[in-house]
Amino acid sequence: MIRFENVGLRYGMGPEVLRDVSLHISPRSFQFLTGPSGAGKTSLLRLLFMTLKPTRGLITVFGKDIATISSKEMPLLRRRIGVVFQDFRLLDHMTTYQNVALPLRVRGKEEATYRAEVEELLHWVGLGERMHVLPPVLSGGEKQRAAIARALIDQPEILLADEPTGNVDPPLARRLLRLFGELNRSGTAVVIATHDLTLMDQINARRMILDQGRLDIYD
Amino acid sequence: MIDADRLKEQALVLIDRAIGLVRGNSSQAPIVPAGNVVGHALMIVIAIMTFLACLTIGAVSLVQSTAATWQSQISTEATIQIRPVEGQDMEALLNQASTIAQGFSGVISTRIIDRAATARLLEPWLGTGLDIDELPVPRLVVVTLDEASPPDFAAIRSALVKDVPGASFDDHRTWVDRLVSMARSTVLIGMAVLGLVIAATVLTVIFATRGAMAGNEHIIEVLHFIGAEQKFVARQFERHFFWTALKGALCGGALAMIIFLGFAWWSSRNLATPEADQATALFGNFSIGSGGYSGVVLIILAVSVLTMITTRMTVIAHLRQVDGRTGDSHEN
Repeated sequence: MIRFENVGLRYGMGPEVLRDVSLHISPRSFQFLTGPSGAGKTSLLRLLFMTLKPTRGLITVFGKDIATISSKEMPLLRRRIGVVFQDFRLLDHMTTYQNVALPLRVRGKEEATYRAEVEELLHWVGLGERMHVLPPVLSGGEKQRAAIARALIDQPEILLADEPTGNVDPPLARRLLRLFGELNRSGTAVVIATHDLTLMDQINARRMILDQGRLDIYD
Repeated sequence: MIDADRLKEQALVLIDRAIGLVRGNSSQAPIVPAGNVVGHALMIVIAIMTFLACLTIGAVSLVQSTAATWQSQISTEATIQIRPVEGQDMEALLNQASTIAQGFSGVISTRIIDRAATARLLEPWLGTGLDIDELPVPRLVVVTLDEASPPDFAAIRSALVKDVPGASFDDHRTWVDRLVSMARSTVLIGMAVLGLVIAATVLTVIFATRGAMAGNEHIIEVLHFIGAEQKFVARQFERHFFWTALKGALCGGALAMIIFLGFAWWSSRNLATPEADQATALFGNFSIGSGGYSGVVLIILAVSVLTMITTRMTVIAHLRQVDGRTGDSHEN
């Protein structure tokens, strides 16, 4: 699904933040990406989501080398990947419902075909009552859930989540983790970047640990 | 029986769809937020620049038509001047000169300036109550020419000099040449000013649009990350900014047109006053003409389309930048 071979990344003239990273995210897999703050988790996620290109090494996403991929193919690949950003990236002038429905709207689907589906997902993440509220009014946890719902709405083949439980209380964090677990059982590969050890202890999954730019994988 | 309510409802749905087709899907929130301070500032900048460009177009059009009128008016007339000659009957000489001139093709008519009119012409210098017979005053014959096929001036001149004692022929060539060169210079200067104003408008619109777009980069990125195609993202923004620009350009253009029409109205209402006479002497009847109005419409459309193209290019450039980010190039 996604494969890294000896990937290195540096910002500007600085030191390499990722060094010789090799990994393989297989279909239906579940993994945590962890490490101390500043270890490069977000950079690695951005490489996985193709918003950064590596300084060296090879990255293939769904069998395509991202160094040679055309700009027309990129949106089609991104549609197969759901992303939950650490800063949510919700559009403030749109309601929760409209934000969550946005991926379907940009694919050209008619609202009548997805309205029920979006409403159901919003109820499922506990935002049924906050459907028509603008993001600035939502709490951090609610924004987090809206961002997760937006990443899931089109049933992606892989879900990348950057600190998805960072802004929620422990019971909701457990609930979200169960949601990711269910999603994984239904066939979606999941990568969760977190430094929350208690969260990782709740699911027996592969751990990818970043330390000083190097990646160690514990299956 | 026709259900009026049902028909009305269907008509409203159709209107809604039509608006939706033109302005995008109206049943949902617009992807680009409707109005903010930057958007309003862009609209105001576009309105001001369009207003200035339209005023310049109107002014150039006015100067161009006035210059053409000057040139046309003076080149359709020539003058025969007859100085008094001892022992010759002036009236007979005038008639003879008039007849000779009329014999040439390209001369439409001739008109002898009579004694009274001649006295009036000299009134500013010699005062009223002048007896023209007491002074050796030259007399004039005004020759009206066919502008399309002017006569042979040299032939008229030599015939007059040969047959009419004291006669000379002035075809106003010196004046026409001076006026033509002045009119051409004026129009050229006007065109240069218009070029500068249009260049300033283009640059202002481009920078103002890019400035307004800078506040929307997060929307471009979100759309991009959720898998929107480049043309979809570009369409959302270009449609939004096209309408913003069109509104601004229409305001600026309409204001310029109101000013043109206002001057034309003022000019027509004050035909006999000294102010209007002065303005008319300089600018004719102060009418901008269809060329000026067409220019205004063209400027409005051009500014709107330019804004749309700038928006599209800015979106595409930003998306390329997002896709092309490498660790090396990224600031972090």
